[in-house]
Amino acid sequence: MGPKSPVYEYLRYKKKFPTVWCPGCGIGTVMGAIIRAVMSLGYEKNDVVMVSGIGCSSRMPVYVDFNTLHTTHGRAIAFATGIKLVKPHLKVIVVTGDGDGLAIGGNHFIHAARRNIDLTHILINNSIYGMTGGQYSPTTPVGAFAYTAPYGNIEPDFDVVKLGIAAGASFVARTTVYHVVQMGKIIEKALKHKGYSLVDVISQCPVLYGRLNKMKSPVEMLRWQKEHTVDVRVTAKRSPEELKGKYIVGIFKDEPDMPEYVTEYQKLIDSLKEGATKR
Amino acid sequence: MQDKGKPTLIQGNIACGYGALAAGCSFFAGYPITPSTEIAEFMARELPKRGGKFIQMEDEMGSLAAVIGASIAGAKAMTATSGPGFSLMQEHLGFAYMTETPVVVVNVMRGGPSTGLPTMTSQSDTLQAGFGPHGDYCAVVFAPSSVQEVFEYTVKAFNAAEFLQTPVVLLMDETLAHMRERFVHPPADSIEVINRKEPEMPFAWFKRFEMTPDCISNFSAFGDGYRYHITGLTHDQMGFPTAVSREVTDGLEKLRDKILNHKERFTYYEKFMTDDANWLIVAFGTAARSAKQAVIEARRHRMKVGLLQLCTIWPFPDELIAELSRNIEGIVVAEMNMGQLIREVKRACPRKLPILGANRYDGVLITPDEIIHSLKVVHGNKER
Repeated sequence: MGPKSPVYEYLRYKKKFPTVWCPGCGIGTVMGAIIRAVMSLGYEKNDVVMVSGIGCSSRMPVYVDFNTLHTTHGRAIAFATGIKLVKPHLKVIVVTGDGDGLAIGGNHFIHAARRNIDLTHILINNSIYGMTGGQYSPTTPVGAFAYTAPYGNIEPDFDVVKLGIAAGASFVARTTVYHVVQMGKIIEKALKHKGYSLVDVISQCPVLYGRLNKMKSPVEMLRWQKEHTVDVRVTAKRSPEELKGKYIVGIFKDEPDMPEYVTEYQKLIDSLKEGATKR
Repeated sequence: MQDKGKPTLIQGNIACGYGALAAGCSFFAGYPITPSTEIAEFMARELPKRGGKFIQMEDEMGSLAAVIGASIAGAKAMTATSGPGFSLMQEHLGFAYMTETPVVVVNVMRGGPSTGLPTMTSQSDTLQAGFGPHGDYCAVVFAPSSVQEVFEYTVKAFNAAEFLQTPVVLLMDETLAHMRERFVHPPADSIEVINRKEPEMPFAWFKRFEMTPDCISNFSAFGDGYRYHITGLTHDQMGFPTAVSREVTDGLEKLRDKILNHKERFTYYEKFMTDDANWLIVAFGTAARSAKQAVIEARRHRMKVGLLQLCTIWPFPDELIAELSRNIEGIVVAEMNMGQLIREVKRACPRKLPILGANRYDGVLITPDEIIHSLKVVHGNKER
């Protein structure tokens, strides 16, 4: 992929490259998938907003040629809520990490999902705090090592998909950086979906998570993603033993008819106007 | 809707809502907290009728975040809270300073620290309003003292926020928020409304944080065709993160200088009987109401006292204190806290004068008698 690739049209590559991400990091792959999804849907760059919080994944907005907002740790979704309410025609993409989106930002995530506000939430899930140097996160599995879990993590991890479904998001999916084609298709569907769409993208941090957990190269981590995932469509055919320790990928919930918050608010405004004219 | 020009009896919090609407506010996000909640309730009722949006967020951090997002999308936006919520908002207040986003944050003060005195009156967030968030910046804080002034200063807060592209804090107190008083809604065409400066140049020339002679840049709302980056990181004129020494210094100085360059324009105050005064009371908010009565009573006893009511608290009007203290023999600073603004008065007063506080911090409005007592102490005329 040289500079002639149409993806470059959507990048601030002359100004801002190279990226801050370490060699072998999965975030760049997710950025590519988001751009290709935006391209294939034919969205105007002026109509796309990317909002992020703090962390490795949250540096993504610097590199893409949209309206980009890099906010505070964990609060991206709340900022995005204000933007979407004021300009409903904008396509608002929120990029968070696992610590950003689920620990400090967990409250904003569940409440935005509950409102079913039309945001696309791409949660890049590498099970570690990368920017601060390798501390355990809400998705670090039990037994995994981190610099703040030097004897192995004893905290159970969140299942992002179950959390999103329970909170009320109307589109919930999981994919991995290894499944790059599937990731592209899922992100495209998530963008098209009207309502809160959550995509849990399992990603790799070879430099911190990998090194601490006996997977020294990005290739080993991608292989791990391949071997530890099962497609949601075949889970019924698998025994509980076969599914143990596996991450299920695919689309878990896709309900386009659920009432969407901004639309409902507009209906409220319209009904008040009608009421005023009737009186 | 309020009948314009006709006097009514309304609460300070409601006057704040009317002021916001008059200034063009079309977005409010908030979280319930006494004694500010009536503002949120008013906005929830009135905004959708006008095509505006109200949202009750999950907490105060989310509230100010949504308000900043709304402003970035082009709306005039406001939130209202009280002490504990204001503390939670500090990070985003800092974000708004750093990203030069116009927003209005109303803090209806109650006693603190922590949950403190819910909900009795106080002025104990005076220093926090000026220096709450971490880092260097220059805060703009207004403080009205009557229901009519609440309306007026809510409009002024929006105007200053829009003109200076910065958050403006409106400091009220519980007494003012819940006090019902005569209010006259001025006719719409008599209200000055300022909007943020927008770009007219082609996209390729646009720099969101451009260095200009008066330090005010062009603001383009998201979706209006000028794509750019906003970050809470120290940034260059384009908005991209930078750690280059010169750019860091310039960026921080811009945040300060854009306020100081326009300080005179946004310094509001009222003088009461100061022309021939030998003694001066400095006060703001509802404490200034008691102070005014104290002046009237002291004058009856032939004590030449005047009142300086500060309506702009930050940036602190040093020049005003210097000018007014010229023929003064002593100053009393009346405030409902343990002595916050008195530090600034002492710092700004160029002469060595006796400066004494009249303070109350038990949740009850300070009385004229208490202020007169401090005046007498300063006067060296203790009766006891």
